[in-house]
Amino acid sequence: MGGAADILELMKEIRGRRIKVLVAKLGLDGHDRGAKVVARALKDAGMEVIYTGIRQSPEQVVETAIQEDVDIIGVSILSGAHIPLMERLISLLKEKGIDDIPVFLGGTIPIPDIPKLEKIGVDKVFLPGTPLYDIIKYTVEAVKKKRSRRN
Amino acid sequence: MTKLYNDKALDEIKARLEKWEKETLPKSLRRFPERSDDFTTLSGIPVKRLYTPLDVKDTGYMEKQGLPGEYPFTRGIHATMYRGRIWTMRMFSGFGSAEDTNKRLKFLISHGETGLSLAFDYPTLVGIDSDDPLAKGEVGVCGVAVSSLLDMETIFDGIDMGAITTNMTINPPAPVLLAMYVATAEKQGVPYSKIGGTTQNDPLKEFIAQKSYVFPPEPSVKIAMDVVEWSVKNLPKWNPISISGYHIREAGSTAVQELAFTIADGIEYVRHLINRGLDVDSFAPRLSFFFDSHINFFEEIAKFRAARRMWAKIMKEWFNAKKERSLWMRFHTQTAGVSLTAQQPFNNIIRTTIEALAAVLGGTQSLHTNSLDEPFRVPSEFAAKIALRTQQIIAYETGVADTVDPLAGSYYVEWLTDQMEEEAWKYIDRIEMMGGMTEAVKRGYPQREITEASFRFQREVEEKRRFIVGVNIFVEEEEDEIRNVPLLDINQKEIEKRQIERLRMLRMERNNEAVRDALNKLRKAASEGENIMPYVLDAVKKYATLGEIMNTLKEVYGIWVEPPIY
Repeated sequence: MGGAADILELMKEIRGRRIKVLVAKLGLDGHDRGAKVVARALKDAGMEVIYTGIRQSPEQVVETAIQEDVDIIGVSILSGAHIPLMERLISLLKEKGIDDIPVFLGGTIPIPDIPKLEKIGVDKVFLPGTPLYDIIKYTVEAVKKKRSRRN
Repeated sequence: MTKLYNDKALDEIKARLEKWEKETLPKSLRRFPERSDDFTTLSGIPVKRLYTPLDVKDTGYMEKQGLPGEYPFTRGIHATMYRGRIWTMRMFSGFGSAEDTNKRLKFLISHGETGLSLAFDYPTLVGIDSDDPLAKGEVGVCGVAVSSLLDMETIFDGIDMGAITTNMTINPPAPVLLAMYVATAEKQGVPYSKIGGTTQNDPLKEFIAQKSYVFPPEPSVKIAMDVVEWSVKNLPKWNPISISGYHIREAGSTAVQELAFTIADGIEYVRHLINRGLDVDSFAPRLSFFFDSHINFFEEIAKFRAARRMWAKIMKEWFNAKKERSLWMRFHTQTAGVSLTAQQPFNNIIRTTIEALAAVLGGTQSLHTNSLDEPFRVPSEFAAKIALRTQQIIAYETGVADTVDPLAGSYYVEWLTDQMEEEAWKYIDRIEMMGGMTEAVKRGYPQREITEASFRFQREVEEKRRFIVGVNIFVEEEEDEIRNVPLLDINQKEIEKRQIERLRMLRMERNNEAVRDALNKLRKAASEGENIMPYVLDAVKKYATLGEIMNTLKEVYGIWVEPPIY
């Protein structure tokens, strides 16, 4: 699992334009290692990646998502403030009528918070130690699902 | 040069080794082929099968190792090291409200902790008040919220600030938090001569790694040096700066990069202070350092030993320091948060133990051991206690603290210490060529090096060239353990509400005229390039808030926005 050939195979399944991903650091924490590694891996897999840089507010992230017309949003939070921040982000997406964009989250997330986040509308939560291949695979599948719904 | 081996002995060893390689080794390799074609440290330094005196034959004992408490301090800064006094067990803690943290600190003191270390929440770390809209959801989460002197007074209620030392992990707002600490101690009646502790106050690593910067690089360094200068003149027991490799390492650097960038930061600060007209021996003894202790055991020990040797040489030969204490690299160590896993989290106790042992064998002055639940959130009391007990077991049961620098003379450790030093000098030379670390940071050089290294490491894990138990080897698909870690429960919404209410009351009850006046004086001093510390202290005592003081400084110095490179 997870070699370059596997990634190529996955990417073949995508019809239409190149997948466009927004990788966002939401909130005040500066731990950008994970976000950068994920951004790089998605780009190397052949996707177009926009990385916001650190200290973004939910408003800024939604604004960028609209401007860049992204397929999917990946958020990184390591400050512990994931619940209120994701609540705000998803409600803004709904307000703007773009809550069909799947949102995934990575960071230091306590297990009991995962169902709460899913209820808020987070599509998928990745814990520390997740193989990059799993994130690539998830991204491809989530975008595929979203595009098939649209058609 | 004090050579350890005579030529005749070396010739004998060499001949014997050649024979061994022809006869003994091939037989063994046929029966037990090696696990890998290339063994490397986490920094990528190739590790040989076997080390012998031949690998350290050119080492002069007195020049490279010497005796503890003597130049070049490779074996430790004190003659007796832990035979005299065990390292300071300093557990980083803080969460929720000032009251919550006050309780936790008292709990830790009652269980034998010997020094305090305060963790602040994100709003405090980036210098905004708890009632700032950007602070929403973050108040009291990853540390304690401190927005005014009132909060600091509460944290230390009932704790004798003259009897304990406190580390504060704070950077751009360091002048403000130090002022609050000093003002609180003053109210307790503690004289300046007895106020002891550390402010991290290391701005360059904020741009390199930790990313809680506020002002642009040049004014950030200026403000930090104001804190150093003021402390050196007023607080004889205070360590005004903790030059930190920890965050650089956690952001993904190698051990060599951590060593090199930290020392390059140190060089930059020393130059600034000398340029202010300070005598090197007036401030050098107050400089302290902070390193990571990662999982690659011997490389970490070698890193610590090399660090001491390099710093002593720099202070002596580059900056002409005369006092012996100016040559000491005193450092705090924290085990590697980034080495902990969410998978099978109880294994984190073992990782932390090994890393703590490396720090002790490397001669650290103080140590924080991470808790097993840190991949998820701020430690629970249960987990924090196990982490503290880990240090106590190393100190009092294992005997490793009973002799000084016990790994000295190991062919491998001495060879690796030399390698770490040699590789680190290459980076330092490159940074010197760029004009020092401030310039290098503005060009994004260390940032790029770290980003590359962290991606390389991740690749190695994915390709199973590096193993992490529970992550890419011995993985358990259905884990119960991961769900059974008892986590700290904090009522964030309640803390935030109380904190906002407290600030509202404060702004109503204080003398707002006096606050405005103090802030105006601060603005003027900052614009005119004066040392801001006395003005910050004055504003703090008038109960100006953290955010008000930082905003005043932002007006003068501007803010920093990093280009989002990955």
